[in-house]
Amino acid sequence: MAKRVGMEVSIAAAEAVKQANVDVISAYPITPQTHIVEHLSEIVANGEMDAEFFCVESEHSAMSVCIGSEATGARSFTCTSAQGLALMAEMTYIASGLRLPILMIVANRTLSAPLSIWNDHSDAMMIRDCGWVQYFVENGQEVYDHVFISYRLGEDRNVLFPVIINMDGFVLSHVIEPIELIEQEKIDQFLPPYQPLYQLHPDKPITMGAFALPAIFAETKKAQEVALRSSMPKILEVWKAFGDMTGRYYQPVETYKAEDAETLLVTMGSIGETASVAIDKMREEGRSVGLVKIRLWRPFPFDELKRATLHAKQLVVIDRAISVGACGPVASEVKAALYGDDQRPSVYNFVAGISGRDVTPSDFTKMVDKAEIEIEEGRKDGYEIYGVRE
Amino acid sequence: MTKPESEWTWKELPVGNVILEPGNASQYRTGDWKSFKPILNKELCIHCGLCYIFCPDMAYNLDAEGYFISDLYYCKGCGICSKECPTRAITMVVEEE
Repeated sequence: MAKRVGMEVSIAAAEAVKQANVDVISAYPITPQTHIVEHLSEIVANGEMDAEFFCVESEHSAMSVCIGSEATGARSFTCTSAQGLALMAEMTYIASGLRLPILMIVANRTLSAPLSIWNDHSDAMMIRDCGWVQYFVENGQEVYDHVFISYRLGEDRNVLFPVIINMDGFVLSHVIEPIELIEQEKIDQFLPPYQPLYQLHPDKPITMGAFALPAIFAETKKAQEVALRSSMPKILEVWKAFGDMTGRYYQPVETYKAEDAETLLVTMGSIGETASVAIDKMREEGRSVGLVKIRLWRPFPFDELKRATLHAKQLVVIDRAISVGACGPVASEVKAALYGDDQRPSVYNFVAGISGRDVTPSDFTKMVDKAEIEIEEGRKDGYEIYGVRE
Repeated sequence: MTKPESEWTWKELPVGNVILEPGNASQYRTGDWKSFKPILNKELCIHCGLCYIFCPDMAYNLDAEGYFISDLYYCKGCGICSKECPTRAITMVVEEE
């Protein structure tokens, strides 16, 4: 029987990286990610883990080190937040273009300005199009589990993509949760050593990262796009295998009391747990509401989202980032997913909980109230930043 | 021999666009960048080899008669050889296709 222990989620993430037999760790400290690499540096310094720990001078270098080490066939790990991710952004596109299965945990934090260290999804949305597999997890156990899931998926010869685990900064990274640790033998069985398809090695010289003229660039991008989209069956397969091992089964889109609901809340990340409390309360009052949670952000699960939402009258999509001058990025995707169907629900979009402002169960109820009234009165595609003082 | 990049389909590209054949940059025809090409006047050439030394693309080769001749497959037409030639034996002329 697996052990269940109370620990800080960042420490659990670091323990998972240790258990995943990572070869190279390279990171630069930034709040709220720091506890993960801090703990990893202790583990490596104590000789409990056979890995190289690179202290670098910036996040740009942290990702560059991971790209180099992964290219030689070493399992590599980094993590960052907000401004650090911004500095790293250039290299994230290169990691995916070279198809190097690095794992990065992003402890999501607000991008400046104004300067803020608290949690929202603006950093993740900044690199939305970087070509990595991108998960948004909901609790500490999911962070721990997805370290193994991500390496097994990314390193699969049919996938070969870097993976981001997005976990909400502070509200996940700094809380103590009961985590069910998996026995090492089971992990070794689930996650075999990395066998790279191509690697930099003096015995067989190859070139990685060559330039491409316009005559071939579009072909390279189509190959990358098709490969990421067609990794969906593998994503499901790896989750299934992990579920068979642990009893914890994951889905790209998860639903809660949604099957018969007229109004559906759509969330991503840790606020899904708070939203489910609000759903229970509203259900007790006899309201027809349910919850849809998006766990897989890229490749975007268009079909799964449609299956979960098409029957509803209206969706209330909660975004934790703003695409300034447009609307919430999750709402954009949800609308795009539904547009091809004539019988589609209205989509009302709230931006809520930016820069760590609390979103309580009663806030969800207020948002559902407002959206239902507005849609009833004909304003079917509303968009607003929730809870702003006028 | 790698085929020209305009003939590759997206399905044929190696994962990550890795180049598996070392040294194939020599197949890249940089010669079609040029608008001027060097012409050597053999009567003025003193075989000093400065064109060969200064050529940034190593396009000059020594021929059987002892003259250094620019390989127009690689020559980008920069004109450095013409500038450095002490006897002004190399002139740059407009290349017409």
